[in-house]
Amino acid sequence: MTTRVRHTVADHPATRLVVPILAAASAIGLWAGIKAAFHISDYLLPSPFAVLRAFNEQPRVYLAATAESAFCASLGFLIAAAGGIALASALSIFRIVERGIYPLTLLFQMVPLIAIAPLLVIWFGYGRPSIVACATIVSIFPVIANTLAGLRGRDAGLEELFAILGAGRRTTWWKLALPSSVPSMLTGLRIAAGLATIGTIAGEFIGSDRQPLGVLITSNLRASQTAAVFASVLLAACVGFALFGAVSVLGRVILARWLRGV
Amino acid sequence: MPSTARCTTLPPPAIRLAGVSHAFGTVEAVRDVSLEFAAGSFTALVGPSGCGKTTILRLIGELETLGKGSLERERDTTLGFAFQEPRLLPWRNVRDNIALPLELAGAPRAERHARALEALDRMQLADAALRFPHQLSGGMKMRAAIARALVSRPRVLLLDEPFGALDEVTRHELDLALRMLWEAERFTAILVTHSIPEAAFLAERIVVFSPRPAQLVAEITTPLGTRDARTWTRDDLGACVREASDALLAAIAGSRA
Repeated sequence: MTTRVRHTVADHPATRLVVPILAAASAIGLWAGIKAAFHISDYLLPSPFAVLRAFNEQPRVYLAATAESAFCASLGFLIAAAGGIALASALSIFRIVERGIYPLTLLFQMVPLIAIAPLLVIWFGYGRPSIVACATIVSIFPVIANTLAGLRGRDAGLEELFAILGAGRRTTWWKLALPSSVPSMLTGLRIAAGLATIGTIAGEFIGSDRQPLGVLITSNLRASQTAAVFASVLLAACVGFALFGAVSVLGRVILARWLRGV
Repeated sequence: MPSTARCTTLPPPAIRLAGVSHAFGTVEAVRDVSLEFAAGSFTALVGPSGCGKTTILRLIGELETLGKGSLERERDTTLGFAFQEPRLLPWRNVRDNIALPLELAGAPRAERHARALEALDRMQLADAALRFPHQLSGGMKMRAAIARALVSRPRVLLLDEPFGALDEVTRHELDLALRMLWEAERFTAILVTHSIPEAAFLAERIVVFSPRPAQLVAEITTPLGTRDARTWTRDDLGACVREASDALLAAIAGSRA
């Protein structure tokens, strides 16, 4: 009797692209269907076409807003990435400092962002500075936590190998701990990419001297332009997706060197 | 004439353990072991699993601090280690993994590469120099680990059951590769294994230990260790395996009584 490896439809490479598109299309179809079936008013749930129309009325406004939000989210993410990796490195090198500082970094995670966003305006200034600060604050903790876990969780056997070969603490950190931490560091960065976008929109709710997506959302809410709110929200989600995708691609490029299937 | 002179003056032992005992907390791992390892000899340490034979190897390599007794080693003896797992860095290709000991010792890049490639050649792994560990089979990984242990031309090679996780065929291949390498280079080799046939095939001497705490119960010279190594037969090897197995079984029975 011969054994055969079963190939399911899910193994086909085309499904990576086709299935998500089909899923999105059916979600939109469901959305339009529910609205029609239950006669939901435009104020509560605009149709997909109304959202598209809202976008088409002022595409430049939306695209400019998206660019502005993407800029702040990216900048906030980059600061969180650099700062988080640097802080985690310092914490892993100086164990004593870690005991004191690590619980404090939890504050970034625990403090409700909406509560301190107005404070950030006072500290960093109205507009971009406080928005970027918002994005950084919500996204830095996963970078710290995951990088630190990666730096600490190195293989005991490899650590012994380095000790046998007479490697000092600094060499062991550079040549063993840091490379070992890359996969979990990238996990932290992927989480941070999504959070930076959320932080940006939340920061923009407080206000901005420009017109980013967060401002479009609040002003259109006040004007009861639900379709315009939907368009802005969907664009904000796109910003998050794009940032997440960029980090994932970067991760694949780095990890492809030594790991399969990540 | 000079050859007889060499025979009468035996080389001093490269490593000498005297009255060595070791405990991990309250668990006694090694009890009163005295052993000598001649320079250029191949010794296999055999015993039931968990008996403390690995601890003895680790004590020799100074990976554990000696509890009781003494360890004598020629000063500046260079050591090479191979472990149960290959312990390769997944983000480095094979060549750069092999070069790690030289890199950490501060050797320049060109020299590191040349010597790493040479070590790979000695383990018949030169073709895989630029591949990454995940692209290698288990046997190739172990070859790489041994090449790394040998890259700095150590006088003593400590092997902690390096082929234990491999399939039978690959294991024989690696046993053969190791044996040829040792015959060519004559470093002092100490191998921990729980395969008596492997020990009899590779080593000149088999040292049998009791169940924990490890105590020396027998020292058996293998056909390879006898003078007429060229003339030994399969039967001699079988007799040696039986002798070592009997010693081991007697030690296990003795510890249960």
